[in-house]
Amino acid sequence: MTVAPLLEVAGLTARYPVRRGLTRAITGQRRRWVHAVDGISFSLARGEMLALVGESGCGKSTTAQAILGMIKPTSGSVRINGTDIARLSERGLRQMRRRVQMIYQDPYESLDPRFRVRGTMEEPMAVHAIGASRAQRRELAAAALQRAGLAPADAYLDRYPHELSGGQRQRVAIAASLVLSPDLLLADEPVSMLDVSVRAGVLSLLDTLRADGKMGVLMITHDLSTAAHFADRIAVMYLGRIVEHGPARQVVTAPRHPYTRALLSVVPKRDPRNRTAPQILTGETPNPVDIPAGCRFRPRCPVAQDECAKTDPSLRAAGEPSAGPAADSSARPAAHEVACLLA
Amino acid sequence: MSLLDVDGLHVWFDLPGGGSVHAVNGVSFGLAAGQRLGLVGESGCGKTTTILALMGLLPPTASVAGEVRVGGQSILAGGEDSARRHRWREVAMVFQGAMNALNPVKKVGWQITEPMIFHGVASGSAARRRAAELLEMVGIPAAAAERYPHEFSGGMRQRAAIAMALACEPKILLADEPTTALDVMVQAQILQLLIRLCDELGLALILVTHDLPVVAQVCERAAVMYAGQIVEAGAVDDLYHAPRHPYTRLLFAATPDLYGDEKVASIPGAPPRLDRPVHGCPFRPRCDVPLARCAEESPSLRPAGAGHDAACHRNELLEAS
Repeated sequence: MTVAPLLEVAGLTARYPVRRGLTRAITGQRRRWVHAVDGISFSLARGEMLALVGESGCGKSTTAQAILGMIKPTSGSVRINGTDIARLSERGLRQMRRRVQMIYQDPYESLDPRFRVRGTMEEPMAVHAIGASRAQRRELAAAALQRAGLAPADAYLDRYPHELSGGQRQRVAIAASLVLSPDLLLADEPVSMLDVSVRAGVLSLLDTLRADGKMGVLMITHDLSTAAHFADRIAVMYLGRIVEHGPARQVVTAPRHPYTRALLSVVPKRDPRNRTAPQILTGETPNPVDIPAGCRFRPRCPVAQDECAKTDPSLRAAGEPSAGPAADSSARPAAHEVACLLA
Repeated sequence: MSLLDVDGLHVWFDLPGGGSVHAVNGVSFGLAAGQRLGLVGESGCGKTTTILALMGLLPPTASVAGEVRVGGQSILAGGEDSARRHRWREVAMVFQGAMNALNPVKKVGWQITEPMIFHGVASGSAARRRAAELLEMVGIPAAAAERYPHEFSGGMRQRAAIAMALACEPKILLADEPTTALDVMVQAQILQLLIRLCDELGLALILVTHDLPVVAQVCERAAVMYAGQIVEAGAVDDLYHAPRHPYTRLLFAATPDLYGDEKVASIPGAPPRLDRPVHGCPFRPRCDVPLARCAEESPSLRPAGAGHDAACHRNELLEAS
């Protein structure tokens, strides 16, 4: 028997009804749906970092919400350590939430300005009844701060968020989740609000935390350069689907999906001599209410063929014939997969 | 003579409890017609304050010293009167978050004609015609002039904000983080637009951003700011391949590159507080190669190569040897 992966998302779909006016309701117009996430599958093991990359509206944040159990998927499942979180009771869900911690984008917003660092650290312990005494909680808090790179912890415990820099705040937020010894960290754009000079430190911290093999990190980002540097694997999302998925270096250096290629071409490069002509897609991502028939990327695709209007391509191992069986992502986590008829 | 000359610009902000913050500390640079200059640095380094000073749009709590000349004419000397004459007609600005600052109850076309009417550049049907031209120029169909901002996507609103800034045919466009909140594909569209406008209209651009790769791709020259000062300025190629200030080198090293394999590393520490005097080089506490004299003596911006200046004592050592 194989051990269940830390996180397994299978066929996850989340859609929301579009509000319609009274007239439309009375005249019996068909209810319309926003397809935020439309059947995505991936898995994450302990010790791994997976980057979910895509533009706004691609469904990456909805995916995170589903993993946290904050929204109920329309279909499909999220399994954490083998347990389908949709089947958990309220109490079970609370236990699960201890195992899955979220790092938010903006540490200027996510820390309570009235709490000293000590308070921010002790609150999750109080909620989950961790630590037998005040002294023990204090010890746990200090250890977590040190792990998050804030040493000596005593210099930080009594400070308020406004006395900390952006990078330090984000480290406090990470430390506050570490006191719960989570299995999975969900980091939603963890450095986009931070200054360039401190971003690398926070990302390296996430990198170190998963390195001992106990914790997995799912990083949600729009920044392909960051994903390429820190993640083991990259999953590129477009309009609610994963369109390409594979080892980070391979996705960046040998992209197979035309959307990934276009995205990579517009990432500004550090070297001014490397001014390649960006392949700019016209328009913006279509409304997830009106998802195009066939391949959803077709209307913006520079290489679309007639068949792309008819067939909705599924994710399969890159290089396999399109008629072949769909690759099982859980069986071969390191495979390079692409959802394109022409790749 | 450059189109724009900034000479020894200082800006202080009064603090409510007394004292002041020396936000811009002796900034000097020039900008030629059609040139694209990047003003780079971390938050609080004074880059936005610098360009607000060029617009004459600093709040009343600010004191300004130094000289800013547009086409040889001083715009700071005459106070608000002289600033107003140049603002929008010679120097225009796309503010940070401008795309979210359009008036939600006015049609986009009207908002573009407003500055023309206010500054007496055009009125009536001439202004409307010009607004339509401007919209087409930034890649929005002229018919969209009749629409409201909420009907536009983020990218279109940013294009409209650029069209508004261009309404009075300025020679210099100041753009403060024009792509920060945008998706990478839309960012690329806006950056291409700015480059095209510079090429077609002979517009000079100052692009203010914390994003070094954006500057590397868009600008010919860049000035790196730290603690209210320009610490290095030169061609972007020189700044990347032969930086002469440790801050520039470390900032590039902290920025991940899509294809770079080298480790990216943070710069330890934080910029100094600017509400008290800074002794010696402001970057010394974070510098990886400080000298003894850096603690006492603040280096000034000196030539460090052709069209390349840096404020680092190490360059003086090189000169001497």
